[in-house]
Amino acid sequence: MKLSLKLTTLLAPVFAIIVAFGLSTIMLYLIGEDPIETFKIMYDYGKTGKSIVSILNRSVPLYISAVAVAVGFKMGLFNIGVESQYLMGALLSAALGAAVALPSFLHITLIIFVAVISSAFWAAIAGYLKVKKGVHEVISTIMLNYIGTGIIAYLLANIFFEKVELSTTAPQTDLLPETARIPSLNAFLGIEDLPNLHGFIIGAVFIGILYYWIVWKTSLGFDLRATGSSPLAAKFSGANPARLTILAMMISGAFAGFIGIAPLTGYFFKYTTDFPSGLGFAGITVALLGRNHPVGMALGAILLSFLERSAQILDLKDVPKEIEKIMQAVIVLTVVVAYEVVKRYVTNRQIKEASKVVAND
Amino acid sequence: MTLAINLSNISKSFPGVKANDEINLKIQEGTIHAIVGENGAGKSTLMKILYGMLKQDFGSIKIFDNEVNFSSPKDAISEGIGMVHQHFMLADNLSVLESIILGMDRASLKILNKSKYKDEINEITEKYSMPLNTQSMIDELGVGEKQRVEIIKVLFRGAKILILDEPTAVLVPQEVSELFNNLKNLKDSGVTIIFISHKLDEVLEIADEISVMRGGKHIDTVDATTVSKTDLAEMMIGQNLPTPPKREKNFTQDKSLTIKNLTAETDNGRRAFENINFSINQGEVVGIAGVEGNGQRELAESILGVYPIESGEIILGETTINDLSTRDRRESGLSFIPEDRQSQGLLMDVSLSENVILGKQSSTKYKSRYSNIKFNEASKNSNAVIDNFDVRTPGNNTLALALSGGNQQKFVVGREIENKPSLLIASQPTRGIDIGAQSLIWNKLRDARDGGLGVLLISADLDELIGLSDRIYVIYEGNFVKELDPENATPEILGSYMTGLKT
Repeated sequence: MKLSLKLTTLLAPVFAIIVAFGLSTIMLYLIGEDPIETFKIMYDYGKTGKSIVSILNRSVPLYISAVAVAVGFKMGLFNIGVESQYLMGALLSAALGAAVALPSFLHITLIIFVAVISSAFWAAIAGYLKVKKGVHEVISTIMLNYIGTGIIAYLLANIFFEKVELSTTAPQTDLLPETARIPSLNAFLGIEDLPNLHGFIIGAVFIGILYYWIVWKTSLGFDLRATGSSPLAAKFSGANPARLTILAMMISGAFAGFIGIAPLTGYFFKYTTDFPSGLGFAGITVALLGRNHPVGMALGAILLSFLERSAQILDLKDVPKEIEKIMQAVIVLTVVVAYEVVKRYVTNRQIKEASKVVAND
Repeated sequence: MTLAINLSNISKSFPGVKANDEINLKIQEGTIHAIVGENGAGKSTLMKILYGMLKQDFGSIKIFDNEVNFSSPKDAISEGIGMVHQHFMLADNLSVLESIILGMDRASLKILNKSKYKDEINEITEKYSMPLNTQSMIDELGVGEKQRVEIIKVLFRGAKILILDEPTAVLVPQEVSELFNNLKNLKDSGVTIIFISHKLDEVLEIADEISVMRGGKHIDTVDATTVSKTDLAEMMIGQNLPTPPKREKNFTQDKSLTIKNLTAETDNGRRAFENINFSINQGEVVGIAGVEGNGQRELAESILGVYPIESGEIILGETTINDLSTRDRRESGLSFIPEDRQSQGLLMDVSLSENVILGKQSSTKYKSRYSNIKFNEASKNSNAVIDNFDVRTPGNNTLALALSGGNQQKFVVGREIENKPSLLIASQPTRGIDIGAQSLIWNKLRDARDGGLGVLLISADLDELIGLSDRIYVIYEGNFVKELDPENATPEILGSYMTGLKT
């Protein structure tokens, strides 16, 4: 019984992805492309060694971003501000990291520490505004995104970057020294002839475990989930809503601080105007896709990265690559619907079983 | 005589339950017909079908000899059926007139012709002798008057058949007799009334005929003048009605709770309660009687620490707990059964084995040295609650929302008592649950009391208060106006203090 319920829950995303592919097939057919051929091209390109490394590298910050969003979701908080939170952390840690000389381990630790603290602080503002002034976190985090982007642009162009007359160089921080760079795993895994697989992928695994432990295993996590399930019941049970709101925003922000670590210490080595952005919003999608579950979000991040990567080939084959964006959105929508259907099914089944117990007495 | 309503073979199933099983029911025009039964007997389902909110699986409905087929309450209203729900659907910031005409005009930019409506409404209130000032604002009205507004609203829409869902649940005895006078006037003017209740005394007083439902079936329809209360009770539950038996007082002199000069913070210029003084000994049940909204809920919540106080002292055992957080108060031995189990006492979409943790998630009972929750302990304890409090559930993995109201409540009461508190606050501990669960909860509360627990009991069920309490205080407009010995208290006496008639 228990197993079959679990199985139905697992079947939901599989079913959703099949439906999503079905819909994409219809769409491709309607625009006059051969669907089977298109999927085959995408798959063949996506499964090359180069692509796999690229997909995993993309997945790391995407996954961490999803974790940051999910912490809020579990408590019923919508942290839309992950975007500016991680960029803020990335800029400050990039600037400081380039300015100091330390042994490698300390140097990397310092960079992570600064990123996490500054992101958490930036997120805490929204928590504070909600608790003290009743500003809804969606409003405040969206506004903080604008403010944050402005501050970052100012700091980058005027404080951390020295303009040189007549130079066309975009504003950027100084390059991180070797000691601040996280090595790739290629040598360790004995992979040759492939692009670098970021070392911070191990960090992402630990972040997933940490997230799971905090939310599902600790008493703080119980308070968070209880508040998400029923704010009043949580309050009556002794949870302090004000403290929890600020704490949850800070934890969410702290996770956000890790998002920029892989790009910064893995291949950018500096903060520039084209430092990867948009990951904070993509994280919302992945959190929805993975239902805030640490493993589900990992699979979601890999799936989206796979789609993005494999879409690159479509252009070359004259298939409009926008099809990939549409597929992404269709998958997310069908997954959300499928989860809802399964949830209702499971609930009804439980109600049925419970009423049988009563009727049998 | 004409039949106002003729139901034949009405059946309705929900997953796993037959809510209505071949119901046949005939109701004469111009009579008051009561439908009685325990919670879950199928009364509400039947009324929802009659009012067009649900569709029957089988069977036919005839209204004044016309076969009808409702797909929404709108259809029912157009056939002359009106329903007054147990919970009023009125907006505080509208006048009586506005409340009655609300939703009648199809949305348009025309200016409402209020004076025309006013005359029509006054005509109705005069015809049925139900005085109402159409200019009053809803929030100035008492509960009884609000109910009158709801009834007029339905009559104004042309209802000839009136369904009243547990209309007396929210009223004190004096208001009940006023309602009954109104209903008799309505009946004399030819209105047919269906009166849903589980209070047998009231039903016997007001109804012409009584139909009893049990387990989704129509058991019988009897003449109210010839049937006895005991007969009705037996038909309803197949056994005698349980009443909370009174017993010897045997509390110790050790204080479980002492409240000194407790005054609430002002909220919108008024205080929920003021200068409250009382104490509860170990092994004593102190009851608080009051019409809802007179400060008893806020008083209970302030002891838990979720409602702000301005001054005074709350002493749990020997310790002042004013400055303690809710969590620390629970840690010091306070348990709380909230009035609304679904929003305040349970996590509905979470399993029972996790729900048992609620309230103790930060205590060493469920929190390990490394802040981990002890889920094994929780699983074990949830099974203990399920066994000891007869919670009917497939297991402790079942979500709270899957259980019936009575089983949810037994679980909440069980959890709070099994936490071995030194003081238990029980707010409406048996509201809206079936008789079986009610008597179990009464017995468990009494056992806990005999084991030395101090209990603060807040209830709208006056029989429950009189039967369980060792002492009763009446709260009126935020003040304790009377202390009574339950030996000398009757619902009528309590009612007159609760409404401020006596001081």
